[in-house]
Formats: sequence, structure tokens, C-alpha cells
Amino acid sequence: MKALLLRDLRLAFRSGGGFGLGLAFFFLLSVLVPLGVGPEGGTLSRIAPGILWVGALLACLLSLDRIFALDHEDGSLDLLATAPIPLEAVVAVKALAHWIVTGLPLTLIAPGLAIFLNLPPAGYPWLVLSLLLGTPALSIIGAFGAALTVGLRRGGLLLSLLVLPLYVPTLIFGGEVVRRGAEHMALATPLALLAAISLGAAALLPFAAASAIRVNLR
Amino acid sequence: MSIWEYANPKKFMALSARALPWAVGLTLVLLVTGLVWGFFFTPDDYKQGSTVKIIYLHVPSAMMAINAWVMMLVTSLIWIVRRHHVSALAAKAAAPVGLTFTLIALVTGALWGQPMWGTWWAWDPRLTSFLILTLFYFGYMALWAAIEDPDTAADLTSILCLVGSVFALLSRYAVLFWNQGLHQGASLSLDKKENVSDVFWLPLVICIAGFVLLFVTMVLLRTRTEIRARRLKALLARERVA
Repeated sequence: MKALLLRDLRLAFRSGGGFGLGLAFFFLLSVLVPLGVGPEGGTLSRIAPGILWVGALLACLLSLDRIFALDHEDGSLDLLATAPIPLEAVVAVKALAHWIVTGLPLTLIAPGLAIFLNLPPAGYPWLVLSLLLGTPALSIIGAFGAALTVGLRRGGLLLSLLVLPLYVPTLIFGGEVVRRGAEHMALATPLALLAAISLGAAALLPFAAASAIRVNLR
Repeated sequence: MSIWEYANPKKFMALSARALPWAVGLTLVLLVTGLVWGFFFTPDDYKQGSTVKIIYLHVPSAMMAINAWVMMLVTSLIWIVRRHHVSALAAKAAAPVGLTFTLIALVTGALWGQPMWGTWWAWDPRLTSFLILTLFYFGYMALWAAIEDPDTAADLTSILCLVGSVFALLSRYAVLFWNQGLHQGASLSLDKKENVSDVFWLPLVICIAGFVLLFVTMVLLRTRTEIRARRLKALLARERVA
């Protein structure tokens, strides 16, 4: 499992593409929104939590189809399916690798981009914490969507259509945590629910994704 | 004799052929009675005027939009556990019907909301969850359409339906976080003090029954079509081999 994780990370770093693309997208979005909305600070700081979460979600979405597609093309997914580790573990490791190359960097640069969006100072710790808790859910749900569409030639758009409604609760709770944090309100409930979604998704979705891959490899 | 006998396509076709005329007839009777009663023989509401009559389309279609998804969930489970093809095809057949009910609920809701709440659309919890439900229906149908092999498609859409149900429920309660919204609370229950007045209640219940039967009729019809299409494909394939 460790070898698989290292292999996926190495592939992601050396091929460049997907890894940088998500970050660049997130950066561009955070720069473009103020240009479109106008520089007025009050408006920006009110929409900042939502924009940052939407940006992180879309940036995550960009690289989802790479989770399984490349391995499916060159046949290594078949090898992984017959390997001694269970397919569920393969899915979990791949989702973890995806999180390390997209979710984690997104979380780390989010405070920097929040400056552009004039996020109130009280929001910063909650922004980082909510992304840290929420982006794993994005990766694992995305891995499930990628598993469903892995056999399709033009799966990209379909993947977005399938995954977007699944992302809704994560987005709502994530945005809510940051918004409440920025306005000094109680936020224990959405934070706990956000963590619950991540943990629940990590516990259950690998099974669903693995059975989808088995169907697709049949 | 058990219910699983009707998982045999031949038995299902025979039963549904006999049941279909009854279902069509009952649907027509109930819908015509309920809608005519509701539209022409009930008084206007003292606050909402005649717009209250939208309720006879809005509430039943909204209920069936959710029930259709529940039915797809059950048939998907049956497909996964017992692998009866009729079950998978019934789920496939129900999706467009459910989507249509969802869209009817959204459109009539907008038409009702405009004069009453002064807006076509608000990010009210129920409106939002119906929008999300629409997305789920679209995704489900797109996945069916995208996969060529019917068994693979049935498997994958069933998995999506199971996972989607969990997330649809989650979203339903997630959107409650914003506010209570513009909709009123439950007012059709049998055990509550504050209910819709009897004048509106009776025709509404008839309309709901009519919509349930309409759904049953449509799903039976569409499932029969799917089974016939599957048989036709098999025949064509056999001919090509011979």
C-alpha cells in the first residue's frame, strides 16, 4: 500500500499536469472574482467563504478523471485488481494520493488567496480547518465518481454531472463553517457534520467504488 | 407462489398486460375527479385567492418525485441482491417519470411562488433539495445512456442510486441549515390539529392517489417497452449470428 501511494505521488509530481492545474484554477478564480464583482471590500468579505469553497471544489473536480483513467488505459488497474491487497484499499490509497496532490495544496494556499477576497481575519483558521476536514471527502467522493465512469471513453462531463450533486452537503457545511467563523458565530455543529461526512465517506465509499471498478473491469 | 415469480419477464408481461387497462382507467377516473373537483368546485382561499388551486398539481407531483426515487432505490437493491432483470429495467423506466414529476413540481412551484411569495425562485430548503434531486435524476439517466452493455449499466446505476440516496438525504438536511424557508410545515397529516381545511383536503387526497396510479401506469408501460426493446435486441443479435 505504501508502495502504491509513493508510486501515485511520484507519477503525479513528474507528469506535472493535473497537480498544477487545480492550483492554477483556484488562483485564477480567486483573482477573477474580485475583478468581476468589483473591489468593494464589504461585498467581497461576505462572499469570500463561499467563493473559496466553490473554488476548491471545482479545482478538485478538474483532476478527478485522472484518478483511475490513466491506470485503466495502460492496464495497471487490472494488475491492481488482481494484486494481493483488496481493491477497496487500492481505492482508498488512490483517493489519499489525490488528496495529497490536490486537497492539501489547496488548503495550504487558501489563506493566501483569502487575502485577495478580503476574508475577515477571524475566518482564516476556520478556512484552513474546514478545508483540511472537507477536502478528503471531495477526493473520496470523486474517486467513487471516477470509478463509475472509468470504462467510458468520454467520461469527463458525465463524471462532473455525477459528482456535483454528491458534493452538495460538503460544500454547504464547509462554506457554513467559514462564514460563521468569519462572523464570530457558534460553528461546532457544521464543523462536526463536515468531519462526519469526511469520515463516513472514507469508511463506506471505497466499498462502493471498488464494486464499481469490479463491474467496469468485468 | 411468491412475489419473485413476477421477476420472470414472461410472467411480468402477462400480469402487467392484464393490470395495465385497470391502472389506466383508475388513473383517469381519479385524476379527472380530483382535478375537476379541485379546480372548479372548491372555494378560493381567503388569503391566496384562486392560486391555491395549484396545490392539486404541485403537492402530488412533489410527493411522487420523491417516491419515484425511493422506488428506484428499492428496485436497484433487488437488482444488486437477486439480479432480476425486470427490476433493473423498472428502475431505468421510472427515472424519466420521476424527473418529469420533479420538473412539474418545480415549475408549478415557481408559478405559485410568484404571486404568493413575490419571487419565482428562492433558496428555500425544499426548493434547493428539489433542484439537487433534479441533478441526481439527470446524472442517473446520463449514466444509463452512456454505458452500452446493459448489465454493466444496471450494476453501475444501481450503485449510484444507493450512494446517491444517502447523499440526497444528507443534502436534504444540510439545506435546512440556512433557514426554515418559505414553505409551511406538514399540514396533511392525519394526527395533527392544524391541517388543510376539509374542503381542500378531500380533492387533494384524490389527486395524490391519481398521481400514484399515474406513476404506476407510466412505469408499467415503460418497463414493458424496455423488456420488448431488450427482446428485440436479442432477436436481432440472434439473426446476425445465424
